[in-house]
Amino acid sequence: MTRMFLKSKKLLIIKILIIFVLITINFKNFAISSTYSEEQTINITKNLRCLICQGQTIHESNSDFAESMKKYIKSELEDGKTNEEIFSSLVKKYGQWIVYDPGISRNTLLLWSLPLLLFLIGGAIIVKKIFRKI
Amino acid sequence: MQFLEKTKKSIFSLFILILLILSFFVFKFALDKEKVYSPKITDEQIFTDFEVEDLIDGRKINFSKVLFGKNFYLINIWSSWCEPCKDESDKLLELKKETSIMMVGINYKDKKKNALNFLKLYGDPFDQIFIDKQGTISINFGAYGVPETFLINDHNKVLKKYIGPLNDEDVFEIKKITNN
Repeated sequence: MTRMFLKSKKLLIIKILIIFVLITINFKNFAISSTYSEEQTINITKNLRCLICQGQTIHESNSDFAESMKKYIKSELEDGKTNEEIFSSLVKKYGQWIVYDPGISRNTLLLWSLPLLLFLIGGAIIVKKIFRKI
Repeated sequence: MQFLEKTKKSIFSLFILILLILSFFVFKFALDKEKVYSPKITDEQIFTDFEVEDLIDGRKINFSKVLFGKNFYLINIWSSWCEPCKDESDKLLELKKETSIMMVGINYKDKKKNALNFLKLYGDPFDQIFIDKQGTISINFGAYGVPETFLINDHNKVLKKYIGPLNDEDVFEIKKITNN
């Protein structure tokens, strides 16, 4: 009887230990994921140009530079930086060329406005032709 | 009425012609442009602070504390496995003689033993050397390879950036800036 009781006690201790280990591991994962997610890293690296590769993003490239950049972004996210802060600091260091999605600035104004302008001109021509026929 | 129609047509063909000429020049300049991208120095490029580790004694220090006491700082990113770094070692040794410059080395993705052997073999031009095992310290400077050299003033502003090994002209330019 005593032996049975001891055995069940041993089992209980083992069970508690297993639960404790599982909780610790999960808590650790939770702590990491709460600061930033892998998806966030991917979103940033997908919008960054690999400066030494031919038409590849940092996310796609396995070059030395791209690997360093991925580590750099992870460390910046761990430090609590936002996506915008990371992009703006990299643009300051490397110029607008580093981002695939350049924001609206004095240099990119024509780039952003030209398609809209052409669309409006094209639309105006079409509308004019239709109304003339009517 | 016919005159109006004719004028409209000629304005339209003139517009198309201007568009074609414009596209020609856009393509011409775009194709003539240097394909190898090199980041430009902007006025805004001032380093944010970060921690660095000394190659020799392993002590950790904030980089802002390194840039102290001199008028100019020459930061050179190098590695023992980098062939062009060997070519520029004599240029760096020459610049070491300039008293207004502090020479700071960033040892990029290297092994300590190999780095020390390199310095023994080609000479040590640096006042301080820090390690960049992951390549992330170099990104703080806006670098993307080895060798790269940055001339910084005492306000932490990047004055010049040299991609690739330094040559005689670069040394002349650095001396000219730092002696003024």
